[in-house]
Amino acid sequence: MSHFRVEFRQRAEELIALYPRPRSAMLPLLHLAQEQDGYLSGEAIAEVAELTGTTSADVRGTALFYDMFHLEPVGQYVVAVCTNIACLLAGGVEMLEHASATLGCSVGATSPDGLFTLEESECLADCDVAPCVQVNHRYVRTNTPAAFDALVEDLRAGRRDHDVPHHGTLIRVRRNGGLHAPRTVVAAERLEARAARDARATETK
Amino acid sequence: MATLSAPRIVTSRAEFADSYTMSRYLATGGYVALRKALTMFPEEVAAEVDEASLLGRGGAGFPAGRKWSMLRKAPVSYLVVNGDESEPATFKDHFLVERDPHQLIEGIVIAAYALQVTQAFLFMRGEFALGLERVQQAVNDAYDHGALGAKIFGSNFSLDIVVHPGAGAYICGEETSLIEALEGKRGFPRIKPPFFPAVTGLYGEPTVVNNVETMSNLPWIVENGGAAFAALGAGRSTGTRLFALAGRVRNPGVYEVEMVKNTFRDLIYDPAFGGGVIGDAAIKAIIPGGVSAPWFGPDLLDLPLGQDEVAEKGSMLGSGSIVVLDETTCVVRAAWRITKFFARESCGQCTPCREGSGWIERVMYRLEHGGGRLEDIDLLLDLCDNIAPGLTWPPQQTTICVLGPSIPSSVHSAIQMFRDDFVAHVEHGGCPHD
Repeated sequence: MSHFRVEFRQRAEELIALYPRPRSAMLPLLHLAQEQDGYLSGEAIAEVAELTGTTSADVRGTALFYDMFHLEPVGQYVVAVCTNIACLLAGGVEMLEHASATLGCSVGATSPDGLFTLEESECLADCDVAPCVQVNHRYVRTNTPAAFDALVEDLRAGRRDHDVPHHGTLIRVRRNGGLHAPRTVVAAERLEARAARDARATETK
Repeated sequence: MATLSAPRIVTSRAEFADSYTMSRYLATGGYVALRKALTMFPEEVAAEVDEASLLGRGGAGFPAGRKWSMLRKAPVSYLVVNGDESEPATFKDHFLVERDPHQLIEGIVIAAYALQVTQAFLFMRGEFALGLERVQQAVNDAYDHGALGAKIFGSNFSLDIVVHPGAGAYICGEETSLIEALEGKRGFPRIKPPFFPAVTGLYGEPTVVNNVETMSNLPWIVENGGAAFAALGAGRSTGTRLFALAGRVRNPGVYEVEMVKNTFRDLIYDPAFGGGVIGDAAIKAIIPGGVSAPWFGPDLLDLPLGQDEVAEKGSMLGSGSIVVLDETTCVVRAAWRITKFFARESCGQCTPCREGSGWIERVMYRLEHGGGRLEDIDLLLDLCDNIAPGLTWPPQQTTICVLGPSIPSSVHSAIQMFRDDFVAHVEHGGCPHD
C-alpha cells in the first residue's frame, strides 16, 4: 500500500527514471513527500527508502542535513526572514521580531491557528530587497513592517494563493520532453564523434 | 567615473519583462550561437572558450577552458552546473536563472557539445522556487524547439538536462558536496585528493562542474569569438562580470561590469550602479567577495575589480558579492552574524571548522550582547589561527574543504581594522550602537 497518492507515486517514479541511480532522486522525492503531507512523515520516509533502495534511517539521516526538510508538522505557510549580513544591515533582526509579534509565535514555532511557522533564515539571495522574506520559498518582497502585515492579512484571506502556493518547491515544476532516444544509440554517437576528434588531433600533430 | 562602454554579455535582456520566455529569447538572437557551435568541431568550441580565458564565476576563479582540457585524456561522463548560490549577499545566479534561463540552457548545451557529454545536471538551490519553475519550463520549451534532446537542430549531437533541486545547505555549493547531494546523500565535501571532480566525480566518473554565470557567458563567446571576450577587461580578468552590490548603498542590485576597468568606488558611487552610500555616510569597510573574503578598508576603494588585483591586496573577488558597511554599522555585530552563519552551515566533518565556528560565535555573541572580556579579543585571534594557521590569504587549510578557513576572515578583519570597537564593546558592557 503506497503512502504516496497515485499522482505523487507517478511523479516519484518519473523522477527516479531521470537518474542513472535511484538514490540520486532522494532530494526531489523528499520535496515531493513534503508537498503531499506538509512535512516528512514516517510513512513517507519509509516509502522514499523503498523507492531509492535505502533504509528509513538513511533517508531520515539525509533529510536532517537539509534545512528545507521538516521532520515535524509545520504551518500551512512557512515564513522565512533572513538576518544574514545584507539583511542585518537593513533591519532583518527587527523584521524577524516584528514577524514574531504579528504572527503570534516565536522563531521556530507555529502560530496557534496552525497557519504560520516562523523561521530565521540564512541568505536567500535576494539582497536588493532587504530584509528578505520568503513564504513557502516564494519571494514576497515585503521589506517594511507595514508591507509584511498586509501580506499576512492577504495570506489569511487566501488572496495570495496564485503566487504563494502551499508547500513544495516543485509544486509547479513539471518536466516534459527528454532525450527520447535509446541510450545505446546516443552512446554510439559519442564514441564515433570522440574517435573522429582523436583522429583530427593526431592529424594536426 | 565608471567605464560603461562594454557590451552587456549576460544581462542584455534585463529590461524585458518577459525575458525568461522562449519567444523573447528567439526574438533577441537566442539559440543562434548554439547553431553556430554545432557547425564547428567540439575542440574548436573549447578553443574559443580557452581563448576567451573565461575565469569560472563561482568563487574560485579557475579558468573554465583549463578545467575542460584537464579531461582530454579520459572522456567526460557528466556536466554538472552549479546553481546552488548561497554565499551570503550573492544574488547574481538568482538573477540569471529567473531572468534568462534560456541563455543558461544554451550555454549548457554549448559546453556539453565541447565536452562531448550527453547528460547534464543543473543543480539549483531549493529555495529558488520560481527559478526552478522558469528553468524547467525553459528546458521543456528547448526540447520542443529541438535545442535539446536527441539530434539537436538536426546534428549528430544529443543531450539531456535534468534540473535537480537542492534542499537548503550552503555547503552544497562546494563542488564535491554538490556531487554528494546529487547522489542523494548528505552534502559532505569529499576528501582530497583527488582535487577535481574531473578525476573522480559523479558516481566516481569524470565530471565537470561549472557555475551558472560561467555557462551563461558561453553563447556570447561562441557568437562573437573568444578574442572579442578576451579584449574586454585586462590581464587575467577578461570580459564582464556580474557583481551583486548590497548593504548600505542607495541602489543595491546586480550589475554587469567590465572587469578591471572599474573600481570598487565606481561600483558603489556611480549613478549607473550603487549611487552612493545611504545618507551619504562614510564607508567603514567593504566585504569584497562574499562573507568568506577578508574585508577592505576605504583606502582600497580605488582598487580595480579584477581577480589578481584583489588577490594581491589579500582578499578575493570570490562570488562577486560586495557588501558595504558604513559608519553606522556595528562591525562586531556584522562579524558575529557572519560567524553564526558559518557555525550553522558547517557540515561537521572536520574538528577545526565544527568546533571553531561555534566557539568563535559564542565569544562574539558575548562581546556584542554584554559579558565580553578584554582577553576575548586575543582569544578570538587564537581561535582563528587554529582554524587557518598563520591567518594568511589564501589561507592554510586544516579541513577537507574551504568552508573552514573562510570562518576567520570576518572576525580577523574586524579585529585588525577596528580593535577599538571591540574594546568599546567590553568597556560598554555590550554594543554601544544599541
